[in-house]
Amino acid sequence: MYQLKAVDKKFPGVHALKAVDFEIKRGEIVGLVGENGAGKSTLMKVIYGAYQPDGGTVSIDGKAVRFQNPRQAMEKGIGMVFQEQSLIPNLTVMENIFLGYERQFVRLGVINWKAMSEAAEKQLAKVKLDIDPATITSALSFAQRQLVELAKVLTLEERVDGDLVILLDEPTSVLAEDEVKMLFTIVRDLTKRASFIFVSHRMDEVMELSDRIYVMKDGAVVDVVARGAATVEQIQHKMVGRSVDREYYREQRQKPYDASKVLLEMDRVSLPGRIKDISLTLHAGEVLCLVGTEGAGREAILRTIYGMRTPVSGTLKIKGNEIRAFNPQAAVAAGVGYVPRERKIEGIVAGMNVYENMTLSQMGRYSRAGVLNVAAEKALARDWIGKLSIKAHSEFADCGNLSGGNQQKVVLSKWRSGGSDIMLLDHPTRGLDIGAKEDVYEMIRDMSDDGVGVILVADTLEEAIGLSHNIIVLKDGAIQQRFDCKPGAKPTLYDLLHYMI
Amino acid sequence: MKRLMTRENAIRWAPLLVLIGLMILFTAINPAFLSQRNFARIAIAAAPALMVAIGVTFIIVMGSIDLSMEGTVGLTAVLFCFVFLATGGTLAAGAWVAVPVILLAGALIGLVNGLVHVKLRIPSFMASLAIGFVGTGAAVLITGGDIVKIDDDTFRALLTWRIAGFPLMVYVVIVMALIAWFIQSHTTLGRNFYAVGGGEELAHASGLNVRRVRILGFVLAGVFYAVAGILQVAKLGQAESVSGANFMFISITSVVVGGVALWGGIGGIWNTVVGVLIVNVINNGMVVIGLPDYLQDGMLGLLVIVAVVLSTDRRSISFVK
Repeated sequence: MYQLKAVDKKFPGVHALKAVDFEIKRGEIVGLVGENGAGKSTLMKVIYGAYQPDGGTVSIDGKAVRFQNPRQAMEKGIGMVFQEQSLIPNLTVMENIFLGYERQFVRLGVINWKAMSEAAEKQLAKVKLDIDPATITSALSFAQRQLVELAKVLTLEERVDGDLVILLDEPTSVLAEDEVKMLFTIVRDLTKRASFIFVSHRMDEVMELSDRIYVMKDGAVVDVVARGAATVEQIQHKMVGRSVDREYYREQRQKPYDASKVLLEMDRVSLPGRIKDISLTLHAGEVLCLVGTEGAGREAILRTIYGMRTPVSGTLKIKGNEIRAFNPQAAVAAGVGYVPRERKIEGIVAGMNVYENMTLSQMGRYSRAGVLNVAAEKALARDWIGKLSIKAHSEFADCGNLSGGNQQKVVLSKWRSGGSDIMLLDHPTRGLDIGAKEDVYEMIRDMSDDGVGVILVADTLEEAIGLSHNIIVLKDGAIQQRFDCKPGAKPTLYDLLHYMI
Repeated sequence: MKRLMTRENAIRWAPLLVLIGLMILFTAINPAFLSQRNFARIAIAAAPALMVAIGVTFIIVMGSIDLSMEGTVGLTAVLFCFVFLATGGTLAAGAWVAVPVILLAGALIGLVNGLVHVKLRIPSFMASLAIGFVGTGAAVLITGGDIVKIDDDTFRALLTWRIAGFPLMVYVVIVMALIAWFIQSHTTLGRNFYAVGGGEELAHASGLNVRRVRILGFVLAGVFYAVAGILQVAKLGQAESVSGANFMFISITSVVVGGVALWGGIGGIWNTVVGVLIVNVINNGMVVIGLPDYLQDGMLGLLVIVAVVLSTDRRSISFVK
């Protein structure tokens, strides 16, 4: 019913969509996969009306349509559930659901809250969410918010005659395993009301949910795969034009670590909240992976080591010295480097250039009596731009304009150049394309060779298994199991999942 | 890529182009605008304002705001006169001591400002506004509402002694601007201002002591306000509790017109220098072309809005608060 024919979109210097054909039938779930920059987001923006195509036709039920803006697309039944949570946190759930469409509840300029609340309850029932519509949105969990967004889009059902097409952009990225399952159940259930376009980096989820999968590469649809017609590897092969094999995680470069050199020791550490009795040891050259669902305590452990959280009991020793004052300055001085998950918030300063970002945590080394030695800073930046082949026109490039992979390289070189030998990596490959991921894996192996201890929270379980020497599985703030991950004798996904859920 | 570069360049140079455009405009209306005497007049008017604007630039780059300038300038100007008179009343007799004493006083006021903001966790907007009022109040208390005069030829040389047509205080201001530039681009403190303004959480996560940086920023601003206080005395030969009047509007307007982003991290001293010149050229130009008094304030407001529209990059932000 909704169809794109030979749709073209050009930007200055980029041919973003090349004669794309796309079709979605009533009640169908269509997956959309591709590397970063393959054209997925451009295609989505054309579908929900944010971009106007330069060529080709868009039609609904055979009738050609042209959207000037997303609002016009919504009036034709095309709704978007955004990747970034698009709810306003200080408003109530019902206000969010009907944001911009309050007029139906207004009499003489006054909002009839009761009517709005009842209408909101009806929407929430569609996604099986049993909460008071007057709840302030910020009090909800991420999973609940995701469902509220879905409910918000589903209000189109009453406003629009005709069929609904709903785009889901990375809806699972902040959800835990069981929440993803719940979301999928609800989406499948909703196919009697709407068709869905599902975009995700997690291939297994796309395979599980979609009836058909569009595979994009370099702005073109390279294949359309029906459910069960291809394996994950085959689809990945189509996406990148090369196979992703065991070499992917650089297993051949995994060497035994130096068990005699303990870098960090946590002994029965408990934090306010659920995290209790965490004990772990990190050795020189070791990659230690923390595995668990969202909220299992992985991030809290990293933040404790980095001094951003203070334990209520237990001890933390870094290189034999017990830590008493928990703050980032002390951690940095002890040689700890932290690569946070939110690269844009805690990773790099957009607006500052490469060398300024690199020396941010170690300005003391590049200054005397508070006066900076800018020449030395620039030399350092040039050195690391070369070492990690960072794609930036020079050390003066604004880090905000670099791609995600190159930003990550800048963050890593910031810590490595400062001599940090305990690296805490929180989802270091999140949002990176496959090529950039491989660069990160390569860097992790390089760090091990240099005797750096790495504590990693990986983006996927495969990544955790592939990269680590040891794995600690967490659940609800407690350690469930430890796995030894020698090359050739690695645990399977199932082994880990068993202890996670 | 090429287009992006020209846009970036356009943003960088826009304030300067606005300045040149204004100068051409006023010269076209009255050629007397383009004279060395008039430029000296603009420079004298701009000198104390530039010191205040540079002080507040550091704070704005951090993403905070400082509204204590009127009180600080007033109080330091009055204190300066008192110390100056108490230590001999002339530079020759040792009254130069007043200069370092007042710079220290400015730093102290800034320190209190910063401590109130950081330690008591009061938004900088509110903390500095309150401290500014305290400063004005203290100045009234000290002077009893009177005017304090300084009649020392050696000190007034800042205004009367001219090199190449410009009075000494203009050169003092140039040196201070260079010092500010050095702090901004060659010291860890300057870099830290940008880090805090560009990403406070990140600065914290990089092991920076953000609270200390914030306090030091206010101390530095206080020192520059004190310089403005001293120059204000040099300019007028006297001080009173309202010596700092109007500096709030002029300085913050100049900073914004010059292209420093109020949300922090973007812009710097040179933007502020150009911004101060724009505002003072507008002020002066309106007099030169003979605009009636009663229209000047309104026109200044309108021209400032036009200058902000032309000289700042508002495209990247979708909402302005």
